[in-house]
Amino acid sequence: MEKSRKAIVLQSSPYLVWSILFIIVPLFMVLYYGLTDEEGNFTLANIAAIAQPEQARAFGLALLLSLAATAICFFLAYPLAMILARRRTGERGLVTTLFLLPMWMNFLLRTFAWMTILEDGGVLNGILSSLGLPAVHIINTSGAIIIGMVYNFLPFMILPLYNSLASIDGNVINAARDLGATAVQTFFSVVLPLTVPGILSGITMVFIPALTTFAISTLLGGSKILLIGNIIEQEFTLTYDWNLGSGLSLVLMVFVIINIVVSGLTEKREEVHR
Amino acid sequence: MKKELIRLDHVSKSYDGQMILDDLSLVIHENEFVTLLGPSGCGKTTTLRIIGGFEKPDTGKVIFDGEDITDLAPNKRQLNTVFQKYALFTHMDVGENIAFGLKIKNKPQSYIDDKIRYALKLVNLEGFEHRMPESLSGGQQQRIAIARAIVNEPKVLLLDEPLGALDLKMRQDMQYELIRLKNELGITFIYVTHDQEEALTMSDHIIVMNQGYIQQEGSPEDIYNEPENAFVADFIGDSNLMKATFVRDGLVRILDTDFPCVDKGFGDMKPVDVVIRPEDVELVSRGQGQMPGVVSHVIFKGVHYELEVQAGGFEWLVHTTKFFEVGTEVDIRVDPFNIQVMNRPASEDEEAISPEDEPPVLQE
Repeated sequence: MEKSRKAIVLQSSPYLVWSILFIIVPLFMVLYYGLTDEEGNFTLANIAAIAQPEQARAFGLALLLSLAATAICFFLAYPLAMILARRRTGERGLVTTLFLLPMWMNFLLRTFAWMTILEDGGVLNGILSSLGLPAVHIINTSGAIIIGMVYNFLPFMILPLYNSLASIDGNVINAARDLGATAVQTFFSVVLPLTVPGILSGITMVFIPALTTFAISTLLGGSKILLIGNIIEQEFTLTYDWNLGSGLSLVLMVFVIINIVVSGLTEKREEVHR
Repeated sequence: MKKELIRLDHVSKSYDGQMILDDLSLVIHENEFVTLLGPSGCGKTTTLRIIGGFEKPDTGKVIFDGEDITDLAPNKRQLNTVFQKYALFTHMDVGENIAFGLKIKNKPQSYIDDKIRYALKLVNLEGFEHRMPESLSGGQQQRIAIARAIVNEPKVLLLDEPLGALDLKMRQDMQYELIRLKNELGITFIYVTHDQEEALTMSDHIIVMNQGYIQQEGSPEDIYNEPENAFVADFIGDSNLMKATFVRDGLVRILDTDFPCVDKGFGDMKPVDVVIRPEDVELVSRGQGQMPGVVSHVIFKGVHYELEVQAGGFEWLVHTTKFFEVGTEVDIRVDPFNIQVMNRPASEDEEAISPEDEPPVLQE
C-alpha cells in the first residue's frame, strides 16, 4: 500500500512539477498583483476598477458578444452534429475531419484570413459587387467579431454535441416513435434532454474562450471595439499596469468559474436524476 | 379459424445490395403468440422492424387489420415494441417512462397514474415508479420496457429478442411471465428470437426463417416432430440428420440399411434427407435391433445420458435414461413412426441447406 502510494507520487511527479510551475505559481502571482498596488500594499481598487465606465463597457460588450457567439454556435452546431451522428461510422471519419481541418491551421492565421474576407475592399465585397449587390461594411464592427468567434469556436460546440448524440441508442429514438411521439416530440422529449451534458460542455467550451479573447477583437474589431480581453492585454503590454491587469483578470476568472460550476452542477443534477 | 390481423405481402428488403428478405409473405392471426425463429442474419429482426414501421420494405405491402400500413409512420401504428436491450429513456424515472405514450396522447393524469400502477403490478414491480432505469437490473429494465409498451393497449406487441441480454434463470422466469402476460392481455405477440428452446416454450405458432426465406411454419409440435427440411430439423433441437434413399412407400434406406417408415409418396429410389431425434433412437442388445453399433462416448446430462454410438459409419446421437459403458456393443432400433423423411433440395438455390453443410452457427 505504502509502496504503491510512493509509486503513484513518483509517476505523477512530472505532472505535479508542471502544474506547480506553470499553473499554481502564475495563478498566485495574478492573485498577488491583483490584490496589491504598486507599492505592494493590499487593495481592492484593481478589482473595483471593473465598475469604471470604460472597463464596465468593455466587459458588458464582451459578455454580449460571447453570449451571441455561443448561441449562434449552438444553433449551427446542433443540426450539424445530428447529421454527423446519423452517418455510418465510415462516413463519420471524413465529415469530422472536414470540420476539424481548419483547426490544424494557426488560430491567428485563420482570423487574419477573415480580415481579408470582411474588409471593405475584401473578398466578400468583391463577390457582392460582381453580383451587382451593394457593398457591406462589416470589418471593425461587433458583427465581425461575432463571425470570428463563431468560426473559431464552432468545432468546440460540434464535438461534445456530436459525442452525446452519437451515444444515444437508435432504438431509444425508435421507442419514442413507437409510443406515438412525432419526430418533433421525440426531439424535444428524448433527444434534447439526453444531450444536456453535451450542450453544457459545448457552451462552456465556446463561451469561455469567446469571453476572454482579445486576438479576435483586435484583428476584426480594429482598435475601435475594446473587449475586456483587450483592456487586460493593454494593461500588461501598453501601460504596464500589471496590478490593474491582474485585478481585471481575477474578475473575469470569477465569471469563468461561475460558468463552470453552474454547468457542472446542472450536469451532476442530471446524473443524480438518472 | 382465427381472424387475420397482419399480412405481409411479397415483402423484399435489401441493404447495400445484400438481400435480407426475398419475397416474404406471411399471415399473423389475432391473439396468437407468434415467434419468428432463425439464426442471426436470417431476416427475422428486419421483418419485425418492417411490421413496426422502422424500416420500409423495398417492395411489397404490410396489411394491418385490413388496412395498408406500408407507408404509415411508426407513431401512427396500433402496435408497440419491446426493443432489444430495453431502450428505456434514461433521463426519466420508471413512472415517466411508462407514462410516455399516454402523455403523448394527452390522457388525463388520473388515468395515467392508474395505468402506471396497473402496469407495474402486471410486471411484478409495484412501487418502482420513482426509480431510475439505470438503477434496475436487466430483468427489471426489461419488465419496465414491457410495461411501457402495454399501457398503450396495443393490438400487437412486438418483441425483439427481449430476453437476449438476461441470464439463463432470469430468461426462464421471463418466458413464463410472457406467456402469462399474453394470456392476461389477450393480444397478439410477435416474438423474435434465435433461441429454439424459447420459441418452443412460448409460441402458439413458429415461423422458422433462414436467409430471408420462411423455411417452415406451424405449431411447436409440428416444427419439432415434422421438420420439413434439413435446416429446420438441424436448427430445432438435437437431431441425427442423414442422407437416405426412399426405397418405396413405407421403406427408407439409411446408411445401407432398410428401415420401415410411415412416410409415403416421395417416389421410389429417390434421394431424401431423414431426421431421427436422439430420444427416438433405441439401444437394444446385439441381434435385437436393426443396425449394429458401438457406444463411443457417454455424457451424464442430469435427466438423461447423452451417448454417441458408431453405427453404419455414422455417429448417432442418442438420449437414454439407461447407462451404457463406452465400448458396449449394441443394436440400434428406430420405431417407423419416429423416422421423419424430408425432401432433399435439388439445388443450392432452394431454401434449405443440405445436411453435409456446417450446422448454422449462432453468432449472438
